[in-house]
Amino acid sequence: MSQGASIRRWKRPPFIQNPTLRWGLWVGAAIYLSLAFGTMEINWDRVAEGAVRGERFLASFFPPDFVTRWDSIQDGILESLWMTITSTVIGIILSVPVGLGAARNLAYRPVYLFCRGILAVSRTFPEIILAIFFVKLFGFGPFAGFLALSVGTIGFYGKLLAEDIEDMDPVQAEAIKSVGAGWLQWLNYSVQPQVMPRMIGLGIYRLDINFRESAVVGIVGGGGIGATLLTSFDRYEFDSAAAILLVIIGIVMVLEYSSGYIRKWVQ
Amino acid sequence: MLRIEHLDKQYKTGDRALKDVNLEVPKGQVMALIGPSGAGKSTLIRCVNRLVEPTSGRIFLGDLELAHLGATDLRRARTRMGMIFQEYALVERLSVMENVLSGRLGYVGFWRSFFRKFPQSDIDEAFNLLARVGLDHMADKRADELSGGQRQRVGICRALIQNPDLLLVDEPTASLDPKTSRQIMRLICELCEERQLAAIINIHDVLLAQMFARRIVGLQLGSIVYDGPPENLNPDVLTQIYGEEDWEATIEKVKEEDEELDTAALLNIAKVHPPS
Repeated sequence: MSQGASIRRWKRPPFIQNPTLRWGLWVGAAIYLSLAFGTMEINWDRVAEGAVRGERFLASFFPPDFVTRWDSIQDGILESLWMTITSTVIGIILSVPVGLGAARNLAYRPVYLFCRGILAVSRTFPEIILAIFFVKLFGFGPFAGFLALSVGTIGFYGKLLAEDIEDMDPVQAEAIKSVGAGWLQWLNYSVQPQVMPRMIGLGIYRLDINFRESAVVGIVGGGGIGATLLTSFDRYEFDSAAAILLVIIGIVMVLEYSSGYIRKWVQ
Repeated sequence: MLRIEHLDKQYKTGDRALKDVNLEVPKGQVMALIGPSGAGKSTLIRCVNRLVEPTSGRIFLGDLELAHLGATDLRRARTRMGMIFQEYALVERLSVMENVLSGRLGYVGFWRSFFRKFPQSDIDEAFNLLARVGLDHMADKRADELSGGQRQRVGICRALIQNPDLLLVDEPTASLDPKTSRQIMRLICELCEERQLAAIINIHDVLLAQMFARRIVGLQLGSIVYDGPPENLNPDVLTQIYGEEDWEATIEKVKEEDEELDTAALLNIAKVHPPS
């Protein structure tokens, strides 16, 4: 009587069933990584040189100078805030119809594909590419930056709105349909309450993103605090640049904290 | 009130959920539709208000044929059919009052409903109904703050404020505890009696169906296999509907509880309708 025969062993089944494929992937990844790190050339002399230069560079940031260029800093910040707020509002307003059309459970197939197309295009280009494009079209200045951020907002907000609508509880929507509500009433009574809290949170998050992006689009000619920052670097006024960076950090932190607070409050 | 003729439903997946269903529910009758999961109970009532499109057959609400209505006419016809759902299907982030008033959406224009400016008569009726189910003090609570039984009461108010001719009730007690289940069933039946509503109640709990409905229809694989009073449900019939099982216990239990219930119901009616 052998006891061993009755033992049933168990092992968790592997995620990839085929052993050749499983081990092949591991070996392939290992070979690629070792080659990739092997081809990276690091010139330690230049790193050492750069470190010294970096030290001097950082030192010239201190003390930050808020005073000398305060007028242009203030103008840049106000322009950036203007750009942020207008582009967020316009972008969100425009993204609502696109987002509704891009929700599979709401729109007919052709409308769905068209709206998804708009979202895909506007999400393909990062804000900085859009800004370069709009600067070429409409010239330097905050208008180009505003357009770039608005288009970016449509892609971001429209996609998330569409996905939130697709994830909504279909039973609540069915109930409002069953009372004989019209389409707009149905949106207002069953879709909107379900998606609203998340959408408010995402709107504030996008405001936050747009402010940070407004500093970036300025560097390619889109106006705002980014333009001021670029000018100060061009003039080697690193102490003013440091002041600008501190102001940007401060505003981003304020937005960050208030957005977290508001998101908790609307739940 | 409701007449269904040769109703067929075949889903895109090929499942034939309903096979040549013929059914008539007169005014004021509460009918319980029993049957195992997947028998087509839910499909049947959803075909009536066209949340599910029937494949063929005709459905009459009074004289109005429902199966081929266009969008606008369908909207108008849906106001005449109140629906009560298994998981209550309240819009959770709206208040109790908004949920009840949403039953009037078929009657008011978009801007009025958007600004929540419902006619005073609707608001009065909403408060009356909430008071009737004992929730008028909860009007401004958000729906997701309520317990299961309270939510289902709100669901009942939403269906009744439509001023419907027909109630379609889909597993009203499936998510409730036994006591609340009975209270909810009793409430639905009383309200149907008061307002002379026809009702189809889908229910998989045979006991509850026998307790509250005067007529039972058994559905099995999309066909009606029993149509008659609750007293005639015997082990053979239940076996035909649900399959082989020991049904004696179920039937015995109902008989005992029926007697208890009759006295309870009498007391209750006396409470609700004080002799004037």
